[in-house]
Amino acid sequence: MMEVGIPRRTKKELRRKGSQRIPKTIQLSQGAGGSMMEALIEKLIAKRLDIKSSFIGSGIDKLEDAGIIDLGDVKLAFTTDGCTVDPMFYPGGSLGSLSVGATINDLAVMGAKPIAISFGLILEEGLPLYILEKTLDRMSGVCKESGVPIITGDTKVMEKGKIDKLVINTAGIGIIQGDIISDYGARPGDKILVSGTMGDHGMSLVALRFGFETNLQSDEAPLWHMMEQLLNIGGITSAKDATRGGFSPNINELARKSNVCFYVYEDKIPIKPEAKRLGEVLGIDPLSTACEGKIIMTVEPDKAGEILETMRHHKYGKEAAIIGGVRRNPKGQVVLETEVGGKKVLRTPVGELHPRIC
Amino acid sequence: MCLAIPAEVKKIKGEYALVDFGGLKRDVKIVLTPEVKVGDYVLVHAGFSIQEMDIEEAKESLELWEQILSAT
Amino acid sequence: MLEFRDKTTTKALIKEIRKISPQNNIKVMHVCGTHEMTIARWGLRELLPKNIELISGPGCPVCVTSASEIDFAIKLAREKDVILTTFGDMLSVPGTDSSLSEAKSQGADARIVYGIDEATKIAAETERQVVHFSVGFETTAPSIASEILESKMLKNFSIICSHRLIPPAMDYLLSSEDIEIDGFICPGHVSTIIGYEPYGVLAEKFAKPMVVGGFEPNDILLSILMILKQIKAESPRAQNEYTRAAKKEGNVLAKKMMNDVFEICDKGWRGIGIIPNSGLRLKDEFTEHDGEKKFKVEIGKSRDLRPGCKCGEIMKGKAIPQDCPYFRKACTPENPIGACIVSSEGPCYIAYSYS
Repeated sequence: MMEVGIPRRTKKELRRKGSQRIPKTIQLSQGAGGSMMEALIEKLIAKRLDIKSSFIGSGIDKLEDAGIIDLGDVKLAFTTDGCTVDPMFYPGGSLGSLSVGATINDLAVMGAKPIAISFGLILEEGLPLYILEKTLDRMSGVCKESGVPIITGDTKVMEKGKIDKLVINTAGIGIIQGDIISDYGARPGDKILVSGTMGDHGMSLVALRFGFETNLQSDEAPLWHMMEQLLNIGGITSAKDATRGGFSPNINELARKSNVCFYVYEDKIPIKPEAKRLGEVLGIDPLSTACEGKIIMTVEPDKAGEILETMRHHKYGKEAAIIGGVRRNPKGQVVLETEVGGKKVLRTPVGELHPRIC
Repeated sequence: MCLAIPAEVKKIKGEYALVDFGGLKRDVKIVLTPEVKVGDYVLVHAGFSIQEMDIEEAKESLELWEQILSAT
Repeated sequence: MLEFRDKTTTKALIKEIRKISPQNNIKVMHVCGTHEMTIARWGLRELLPKNIELISGPGCPVCVTSASEIDFAIKLAREKDVILTTFGDMLSVPGTDSSLSEAKSQGADARIVYGIDEATKIAAETERQVVHFSVGFETTAPSIASEILESKMLKNFSIICSHRLIPPAMDYLLSSEDIEIDGFICPGHVSTIIGYEPYGVLAEKFAKPMVVGGFEPNDILLSILMILKQIKAESPRAQNEYTRAAKKEGNVLAKKMMNDVFEICDKGWRGIGIIPNSGLRLKDEFTEHDGEKKFKVEIGKSRDLRPGCKCGEIMKGKAIPQDCPYFRKACTPENPIGACIVSSEGPCYIAYSYS
């Protein structure tokens, strides 16, 4: 194991920050919501597609949950989501309801009332019709609950084997009610809140995948009606829905974009006991698995109590909690105080989470 | 190298047992601990039960702690 | 297990540790990835007095798997039409210049299993060859052994045997002149299999305290307290803090199965070198399940460490991640240079995630 001098080319390559390098072929981990996905989006996709226009209030370079179109007296939020999940129907949800819900929630956390949704379906040849019917029913159900119509769409069929069963893309438009709620708005002194238990969706799918019997279910939920009540109270300074990678990458994004410290108490973060246990058994952190109906937000201190109570009275916010506060330093970091009093920095996980053996 | 978690044996199914991790259930292979009975606690590692856990012993070890903590 | 996390007990343990701790620096090593997770997760290093250093040794089986073994698995998955199964962490660990997850993204059939019985189930339901990349210490080896014993009829199942043993590694580290260790927290779950007599032998040979520790934060702190008491009383021996799970004789049946299926051999530990009698290989009668003998796959020159990578020093407890020039700069979990930053129980990954 002799260590030799470092070749010049390698030195240069190694001096570049590791996280900037993007693999030459797309890897699964780049879709998992962690830092690999962030690198792909920020360093490649957003850069290549960044086109300016006078109407843009907030564009792709900001990487918010939705883009903003500024028409003067009206501001519109515009968002899109691609959805593919296996299995297509699971405890607590389905691909169909997930796709529409994701778009509604992306608009809601920007402070926009969703007013219309579009869809694109890509179907695999051979997909049984009843699956399509069930999926459409689920999509329709969520839209009805939220009072948002689907006004246009598109359907394609691909040869068997060229796509996996069904992929849904949804896009949505909403009207900003009052102020835009941006990822960049958290300020020292704000309280940090979550609207409920973290990691339910991700852990319920992990349980299914690895053969565990459990009561865990996806927490899929369309959150506009709850968000509307909170916007009427006011005081929300930043908000994100905790999808894909879940709590950890999303709270890190807020801290980074607002350039403040999010100081969080670990024992205050609500997690279902079964999710915690499964996490311990498999070595997967529920704070790094997806939620599909939860919001992380910062709120002005004098409004935090009322926001919390309002969420707790809503069916989708029963386990809402104040989990910490925003501080000045260390800037851009999430600091977690553990149950026994130790402190650590919570970093964005890399990509796909795998069960550990050790 | 030791990610293993205690679980309660709920049902014996030949080479497997249904165990409960506290709300979470799974079938695990018990070929390394064939003497386990329903109600026993086992340590589960990578889908196998590797050792019985002694709850009485757990209680005794808490007493050991008391001793150690007080005998300085 | 709530008492083992109880804050009041933690405070009391820290108080006792401070009381009994000598003036000089004490280095306590552990050799278990899950111990390191507990220490990092609960922020235990911050709670201890400054003169007590908790060092992470080579307790991460994924980190110490040789690059050549990984290269073999990658090539096998790429070139032969096998289903390669492994435990989760192994997927992203870099071999010499690639990883299983990269091979997977290029079409190799590499799958994660939670237990080896999933792999044998897959083999029973397909005509294709199934090869399990079998990594782990004594905690995992018995389940592999039992599955091999049960799989005599499965012609399409084999393993890449990458198992290593902890006590020989502890012996190697204690014998090294340039490594200082004052006491060991012995791995809790390895000990449920091997018992704690092997540590008694080491305690006598090297006159160092050995305490088998559990995995809750108070387990670790109590183990440290027990080590300090042994140092103070100058009576180094093997003790068991993890009484609820580890017995003196371990799991006799599991040990027997291991002996039936495996024999001991010298083994290379990535970043450390060859440690005598520290590995397992399949006995001759199980050759048909030996993936390295079954498949003719040529690998090029393997390299365990890229130039400048400090994984080896870190595994030996001679350096910490922050000592490595690439840590957090060129070497991150997304773009690893070494193995220690990839495995979720690797010291660099834990330092990266939790510092």
